[in-house]
Amino acid sequence: MSPKTLYDKIWDAHIVDTQDDGTCLLYIDRHLVHEVTSPQAFEGLRMTGRTVRAPDKTIAVPDHNVPTTLDRLKGIDNPESKIQVDALDKNAKDFGIHYYPVSDVRQGIVHIVGPEQGWTLPGMTVVCGDSHTATHGAFGALAHGIGTSEVEHVLATQTLIQRKGKNMKVEITGKLKPGVTAKDITLSVIGATGTAGGTGYVIEYCGEAIRDLSMEGRMTVCNMAIEGGARAGLIAPDEKTFEYVKGRPHAPKGAQWEAALNWWRTLYTDENAHFDKVVTLKGEDIAPVVTWGTSPEDVLPITGSVPAATDFSGGKVEAAQRSLDYMDLKPGTLLKDIAIDTVFIGSCTNGRIEDLRAAAAILKGKKIKDGMRAMVVPGSGLVRAQAEEEGLAQIFIDAGFEWRLAGCSMCLAMNPDQLAPGERCAATSNRNFEGRQGRGGRTHLMSPAMAAAAAITGHLTDVREMM
Amino acid sequence: MEKFTTLTGIAAPMPLVNIDTDMIIPKQFLKTIKRSGLGANLFDEMRFTQDGKEIPDFVLNQPAYRNAEILVAGDNFGCGSSREHAPWALLDFGIRCVISTSFADIFYNNCFKNGILPIVMPREVVDILMEDARKGANARITVDLETQTVTSSDGKEFSFEVDEFRKHCLMNGLDDIGLTLEKAASIDTFEKSAAQARPWV
Repeated sequence: MSPKTLYDKIWDAHIVDTQDDGTCLLYIDRHLVHEVTSPQAFEGLRMTGRTVRAPDKTIAVPDHNVPTTLDRLKGIDNPESKIQVDALDKNAKDFGIHYYPVSDVRQGIVHIVGPEQGWTLPGMTVVCGDSHTATHGAFGALAHGIGTSEVEHVLATQTLIQRKGKNMKVEITGKLKPGVTAKDITLSVIGATGTAGGTGYVIEYCGEAIRDLSMEGRMTVCNMAIEGGARAGLIAPDEKTFEYVKGRPHAPKGAQWEAALNWWRTLYTDENAHFDKVVTLKGEDIAPVVTWGTSPEDVLPITGSVPAATDFSGGKVEAAQRSLDYMDLKPGTLLKDIAIDTVFIGSCTNGRIEDLRAAAAILKGKKIKDGMRAMVVPGSGLVRAQAEEEGLAQIFIDAGFEWRLAGCSMCLAMNPDQLAPGERCAATSNRNFEGRQGRGGRTHLMSPAMAAAAAITGHLTDVREMM
Repeated sequence: MEKFTTLTGIAAPMPLVNIDTDMIIPKQFLKTIKRSGLGANLFDEMRFTQDGKEIPDFVLNQPAYRNAEILVAGDNFGCGSSREHAPWALLDFGIRCVISTSFADIFYNNCFKNGILPIVMPREVVDILMEDARKGANARITVDLETQTVTSSDGKEFSFEVDEFRKHCLMNGLDDIGLTLEKAASIDTFEKSAAQARPWV
């Protein structure tokens, strides 16, 4: 048998049917659903008289629209947001799928809830109508975003019509230096490959620096595979993975656990398996980074300065100039001199407990700069509860942060948490697109520790100077 | 889904690279529970000022391109989120075909589910078609899915690649779910054997 990559193995284990032209029907083990990309799909089922084929494998949670203020159980003010969340409530009930409503402590961002509840397991196929489904690849699951037509297709058939992607290896060798995190790895990879570098590929992240990451760090890395153009990112499961999964509410137990473990231990890329593209970065070369522009590929070490449009070539010249204008930045300005007025810590990229610990470690005993608007939005109700138990919440509150309830919040600003035109935000989220956090708002992406440091100083800051 | 066979129409030039789904349809318009009506907000923040006035420089606001049915776009069109609202907004505006050097995977896939043909062409061809699109309303580009060709307004013909299955579905306006349900027996068989092999799933 020819050697296989991890992606090949998971793919092969899920093929229901292959057509002559190579188009496959792939079985889906877990379907995660949220309120924004599903209403039209459920409506489609109703119109055609179809049902959900595997309600036991379908898990729904509202996250994009939900307010994160403490009074949210009084209801949603925005009528359209309310309709979407109400529609998910009704659809979950009507079709009998697993559901975590806003009032449930387990509610949170779908990509945080899935792993937390043990829905996401190694070797699975996982889809969701959300591009950051790539997050679940951290468990060695083939996980990617789908559109609403495909959501309807999976609801009705528990399968997806797919063409196999190509294999790409991203290896991070060696050790990371102090102050450098999973977020810096994933942003640095995108900086090196560009936002289309992974288009058509499934990425497998490997190497010592990846192995050394916790499961939460691995989720941060895989989460942003899509920002590099790859629908899915994968990391081979290992003892850390099994340890993380064990005992979670929906993880296998007893004899099934042993059987699962036996299979999971076969989920790695065989020696000499073929990769169509290989990118290697040295862990020790990666610095704490920030984005300066309006594409996640606009990444520089915090010690750098704003580039000029003429530093680029081809179509990127116009795009870079547009970014500089939008971000109101002058070439040559030191990144550390860029003043900010808002800090957002949260999102499916960096809204887990370790992210909050990293930010709190910087903030402990300190105050945010006068006039700064800063908020922490935990990724789930359980993350929030744990942070309160560990005393992290009090550190954030004492420093001047707002301590919110779980949701996507200002990552995409579909709920009331938004930037006003011209406001500039240090954000731990995943996209710095124009208008992403609010029309005219300016986003600099970075790690939780870097965002915490910026909250204190009022400008982009090298966290290593505060450690 | 509406069939796509041939299309002759005005092409609008959008040379900017990395046009993302947040640009195509900003998040405030994702709160709908319908598929229709999004064309009014296509490219909203590029097309309108904050108080809703048209920005005259934006290509689709220019008289020559108001009825465009084709976009000729810069690299990596449709990057970002999985929102199918992006192709829904394009379709609702009247765009049936987008031509670029590259597309983001999820967006590319979503187009085929909605009767929109995304065409990948080499850079030199996109450059020629971009120039052609810049000629405005008198320049009409023809797209023929059957023969897999794009013909510029001055008769230059270029061929393109498309998956057989996707082409078949698009040309016949086929519903994917209906096709897959014809294979229900295979899905049953798979589920039975998977339940044996991986009972914990």
